[in-house]
Amino acid sequence: MVAHLVRLKVTLLRNGLRRSAWQVVGLVFAAVYASGAVVASVVGLGALSTQDADLRRSVVVLVGAALVLGWWLIPLVAFGVDATVEPVRFATFAVPRRDLVIGLALAGLIGVPGVATTIVAAASALPWWRQPLAALAALVGAALGVALCVVGSRAITTALDPLLTRRGFREVAAVVVVLPLMLLGPITSGLAESVTGHSAALPAIARWVAWTPFGSPWALGSDVAAGAWSGALAHLGIAVVTLALLAALWSWRLTDAMAPRRSAAGGTHVGVGLLGRFPATPMGAVAARSLTYRRRDPRYVSAVLVVPVLPIVFAFGFGSGGFLVAVPFAAATLGFSIAADVSYDGTAFWMHVMAPLRGREDRWGRVLGTAVLGVPIVLVVALVALGVAGRWDLTAPVLGFSLGSFASALGVSSVASASIVVPVVPAGSSPFASRQGGSMAAVGTQLAGMAVLGLLGLPGLVLSILAATTGSLLLGVVAALVSLAIGTAALMIGVRKGGDLLDRRAPDLLQQLRSMA
Amino acid sequence: MSADAPPAPPALAIRGLWKAFGRKIAVAGIDLDVPVGSCFGLVGPNGAGKTTTLSMASALLRPDFGGVWVHGQDLWVDPLAVKVQLGVLPDGVRLFDRLTGAQLITYAGLLQGLDRDTVAGRTADLLRALDLEADASTLVVDYSAGMTKKIALACAMVHAPRVLLLDEPFESVDPVSAANIRQILASYVAGGGTVVISSHVMDLVQRMCDHVAIIAAGHVLAAGTVDEVRGGSSLEDRFVELVGGRSTGEGLAWLRTSSG
Repeated sequence: MVAHLVRLKVTLLRNGLRRSAWQVVGLVFAAVYASGAVVASVVGLGALSTQDADLRRSVVVLVGAALVLGWWLIPLVAFGVDATVEPVRFATFAVPRRDLVIGLALAGLIGVPGVATTIVAAASALPWWRQPLAALAALVGAALGVALCVVGSRAITTALDPLLTRRGFREVAAVVVVLPLMLLGPITSGLAESVTGHSAALPAIARWVAWTPFGSPWALGSDVAAGAWSGALAHLGIAVVTLALLAALWSWRLTDAMAPRRSAAGGTHVGVGLLGRFPATPMGAVAARSLTYRRRDPRYVSAVLVVPVLPIVFAFGFGSGGFLVAVPFAAATLGFSIAADVSYDGTAFWMHVMAPLRGREDRWGRVLGTAVLGVPIVLVVALVALGVAGRWDLTAPVLGFSLGSFASALGVSSVASASIVVPVVPAGSSPFASRQGGSMAAVGTQLAGMAVLGLLGLPGLVLSILAATTGSLLLGVVAALVSLAIGTAALMIGVRKGGDLLDRRAPDLLQQLRSMA
Repeated sequence: MSADAPPAPPALAIRGLWKAFGRKIAVAGIDLDVPVGSCFGLVGPNGAGKTTTLSMASALLRPDFGGVWVHGQDLWVDPLAVKVQLGVLPDGVRLFDRLTGAQLITYAGLLQGLDRDTVAGRTADLLRALDLEADASTLVVDYSAGMTKKIALACAMVHAPRVLLLDEPFESVDPVSAANIRQILASYVAGGGTVVISSHVMDLVQRMCDHVAIIAAGHVLAAGTVDEVRGGSSLEDRFVELVGGRSTGEGLAWLRTSSG
């Protein structure tokens, strides 16, 4: 049964690749990127074997712990968990729960991140290759570490999922539960940074981290090498107990995850809502629908959340100045969130294809729906950032550059979403789910879009930095005007180009969406 | 119609329609004429190309070859002008199901360029006619399969199109609702509208359609009035005779042994 699930994942991955050249491109891209990181890690770990025991232990424990934390926390912020093999699909089969958990965990390792993690984990035994017993212990630790990665990431996302999809509770839960988790990364890195200012403190931190659930398995090798048997046993115990607890949590939540999913928004909504408040035109209707979806579709929630969250993350990294720098980035990210809008519509996009709707009306509608929400959020976050940083003299460049970036991003994504569609999870899936290949193709689009955005933002960025360093109010105003002018131009051109593309290609996009469904 | 008037073009004319998906040919040169004011049934086994044909006729799928004319206007030459005349219910696609039923019909109406008062009036009428009033404020994602079909049908009709293209409109619809829909469609046809329905339920097509085309493997095997096509036997017998492929159900002997 377990082998069956693994084979299923491989088959799904292979068939997915056969259907879409984009997924092949995405996979190759991800594989190249990952193998670079893997080779660097393996070489580094090999070189580490010549260093003293303290350094070996510190590096392995800290890198390993970071790896586990990455698996646990990154799905909450970005990419999500690959939902190719969804538990709900097995609801009608009598698969023993234990087999299902083990099978899904192993299936989770198939894919670029899983393979890369496994190789790097195995290489963590390299620093102890001269002491076979220690190397063996390190390998056991590595296996436990990889298991912690996969099982932990599944357990956490599965457990948090209902919080984010339960009616009415979602917005609150997203802020109360996910926000601190998102910030855990920057907080720990901030803490670590302040201490590692003196690298002498490294072993002390590593010793502390080795007693955490995510650091313990990586200490086994060094414990055995040093002959610290009691320590090894304790670390092993922590890792095994953590793994057991996470597996139990996952197994328990799986029962719920296998039940058919109800709508996230739910309830009744009297009248026609926003559709009655926007202008009664095709464009107004698209805008109203777009805005309605931002509230009712969990997939859009994270795109909106990023605006307040990104500046806070930056503030931890770079101080209050980082807060200011992050605002235009967050604004651009929000504007870029409609880059996959047609993909998110899925086959429901047929309503737009069938209606006598011009491409430009479709584009303007989506832009408007996002701007109604985005402009106030960007303004508020920008003003808060200015207040916190105490740099009211930079009001003009920060506001101008942020709004300009937002407009540019809207323009670029208007073209992007009319050019290609990528496989995304259908509406109503967990906000943590992602589709194999989907995220890779999405990353490809995102990189191309970000490159264009970077070019468009360059003049405003340079002028804003000049204004900030020289303290010249005039330069600040110039930066704002230039940013806004570029943003407006990008938006107008983007909507025109995107609209014309859509007029030509809408049926073809729909056909692709149908083949992905 | 007097003899010297130019013949009115058919409501829907399909010529040499061809579509391949990769190496699989779904539709291989289909010609059809759907007369104005007719109820036209499109029948065929699973995978015959019904959905593909209807998708191409409703501007949702670009044909590889061939053309589609609606009341004499070329669909793929002037899509915007033709689309207003079409009401479409596709099969196997999602709806914007995070909207409520009332919102979805309103959305469809506004996309068609109707003004607010017209949309509001028609939305209320359609919800009543299709017995969805009680669920007007429920999200479509929480609808049953039959209710979803009905709300999609309402979306197809909200702008009073001249031609309705309905792909499996009765699938999962309960008998009472199906009777309601049949009555709505009958009065629509009586008022000069044209309906094209795809189905694999022969009885239904024989009962409500006046014209029929039998499609299999991407070809039209027979087309004309229902009486012409069935020629004395029942439509179902004629269909099986044309399409062939009846198996006797032998070779599943193990299925019977399990009943004891």
